[in-house]
Amino acid sequence: MYDNVPGRIPAIQQINLHIERGEIFGIIGHSGAGKSTLLRCVNMLERPTSGTITIDGEDMTALDSRQLQVKRRKIGMIFQHFNLLSSATVADNIAFPLKLAGMSKAAVRSRINELLELVGLTDHARKYPNQLSGGQKQRVGIARALANHPDILLCDEATSALDPQTTSSILSLLLDINKKLGITILLITHEMQVIRAICDRVAVMEGGHVVETGKVLDVFLKPQHAVTRDFVGQVSDLSKDSSADGPTAALEPSAMPRGTRVRITYIGSKTYEPILFQTVKSTNVSFAILQGTISSMKDVPYGQLVVELTGGDAHEIQEVITKLKQEGIDVEVLSS
Amino acid sequence: MNMTWEINWAEIAKATGDTLVMLGWSLLFTVIIGLALGIILFLTSRGQLLQNNAFYGVLSLIVNILRSVPFVILMISVFPITKALVHTTIGVKGSIPPLVIAAAPFLARLVESALREIESGVIEAAQSMGATPWQIVWRVLLPEARPGLIAAVTVTAVTLLSYSAMSGVVGGGGLGDLALRYGYMRFRTDIMIVTVVTLVILVQVLQSAGDRLVARYNKK
Repeated sequence: MYDNVPGRIPAIQQINLHIERGEIFGIIGHSGAGKSTLLRCVNMLERPTSGTITIDGEDMTALDSRQLQVKRRKIGMIFQHFNLLSSATVADNIAFPLKLAGMSKAAVRSRINELLELVGLTDHARKYPNQLSGGQKQRVGIARALANHPDILLCDEATSALDPQTTSSILSLLLDINKKLGITILLITHEMQVIRAICDRVAVMEGGHVVETGKVLDVFLKPQHAVTRDFVGQVSDLSKDSSADGPTAALEPSAMPRGTRVRITYIGSKTYEPILFQTVKSTNVSFAILQGTISSMKDVPYGQLVVELTGGDAHEIQEVITKLKQEGIDVEVLSS
Repeated sequence: MNMTWEINWAEIAKATGDTLVMLGWSLLFTVIIGLALGIILFLTSRGQLLQNNAFYGVLSLIVNILRSVPFVILMISVFPITKALVHTTIGVKGSIPPLVIAAAPFLARLVESALREIESGVIEAAQSMGATPWQIVWRVLLPEARPGLIAAVTVTAVTLLSYSAMSGVVGGGGLGDLALRYGYMRFRTDIMIVTVVTLVILVQVLQSAGDRLVARYNKK
C-alpha cells in the first residue's frame, strides 16, 4: 500500500478494511505499527503508492486537489496535540473550517454557538487555546471537526495526551456524538481502554499489517494474536491465562484437589443469571472460581471466569459442560 | 578637534527626515518582497506543502549570495538597477533600491525561520479541513507566526537604519551622510555626536515599538 522502492520499507501494506456507516471502529497498535499512516490515508494526508480508499463509493485516490479539498470538509479530524490555532480564540478556531467553506458571517455565528453548546464550552468562546486545559482544547478540536457536518470523524490518538478522567469525558462525548449525529468514527489508539469504552469493532496492527480484526467483545475475550493479548492485558488480567495453557502459578495452591479447569465466557443479559449454580445444583459436581472478571464493554456486560469443577465423575463433569454450552455460554476446557 | 557646538539644527532635522523617508519606503518594499520570498522559501522547502527541491535550492542560493555581499559593495554594484528604477543613484531616492535589495533577502530568511516555528500539526489540521495552500498562507501561517514576523520586521528595520547611514558614503543623504560629511570629513565631532545620538534614539524607538507589538500578539 505504500512505496515499494527497494530500500524503502512500506509503512503499511496489504490492508483490507471495511468500515460500516455509523460504527465506531478502532485501530490499535504500538507506535510504529502504521496506524497513523493508515488513518492519514483516509483523508489523503498521506497518499498511498498503491491501493484505493473508497468512501461512499468514491475513490479518494482518484480525486484531484480541488475535489479533495471539498471532500475533506466532510471528514472531520482530531489530533493528539489538538493542533488548534494559538493565535485565534476558541470561537475563531471553530469558525475556521466554516470560513474555509465560505459560509456567511451570520451563519458562522449561529453554528459556532451550536457547536460550543454541543461540546460544553459556551463560556469559553473568547478564550485563547493556551488558557484552556487539555480536555477543553480537545473539545474545541472536536467542535471544529464537526463544524461542517462531517459524515466521518477521524481521531488520531485523541486522548493520548490526556489524563484518565479527561480521557473518559472525551470518550463519552465521542460516543454521544456518534449516537446523536450518526457520525462514523474511525480512531487510532494504543490504549485498550479506549477501544473497550467506545468501539464496536477493532483492528489490531503490527508491523504495517492488520493482524486481527473483529467485534471488540470477540477480540477482547478471545485474542488470537500475541500483540492483541498484550493489549487485552492492559485492561484485564484474563489475558495471562489466555496465552498459557492453564491458570498462572499464583492460582496453583498445592493443597487444592485437581479437577477440571474450564474458562467460561458469557455475554449480555446472561451475565446477571445464576446459570453456573443452577447447572451444577442437581449434580455432584461443585466448583471453585479461580479467577474472574465481570465488566462491560461499551454497553454490553460480559463475564469471564476460570473455574475448577470437582466432585462427580468424568461423565458428570462432561454433562455440566454440555449443559452450560446449551445455555449459550462459551466453555473452554483448560485442563482436566 | 573643534568643539564649538554651533550646530545647524535645521540641517540635523532635515537629515533625520531624510533618514525616516528612506527607512519608511525601503522598509515598505522590503516587507512586501521579503515576506513573499520568505513564504515561498518556506513552502518549497523539504516536507512542506509545495516542496520543490530544485526551486528551493536556487532561491536559497540567490538569497545567500545577496546576504553575503557587504552592503557598500552591493550598493555600488546595483547602480545600473538603481538607475533604471529611480533614474538616479544618489540622494534619498537613489538609496532605496539598494537598501531593499540588501534587506529583502535578510528578511526572507527571518520570515522563513519564523514560519518554521509553527507546529506542522496545525498546518496538517488546516489541510484536513480542506484548506487550499493560499488559505493556509493567509489564515494559518501569517496569523500564527505574527509575533515572530513582527520581531523579524523590527530587526530588519534596525538593519535598514544602519544600512541607510552607510549609504551616506555614496551621497545617499540622511543622517549617515551628515555624519560623514561634517563629522568625519570636517572634523565636526559635535555633529557626529548629535547624529549618532539621533540614530540611537531611532533604534530604541523602533525596537521598543516592535517588542510591544510582539507582546500584544503573542498568545502562546
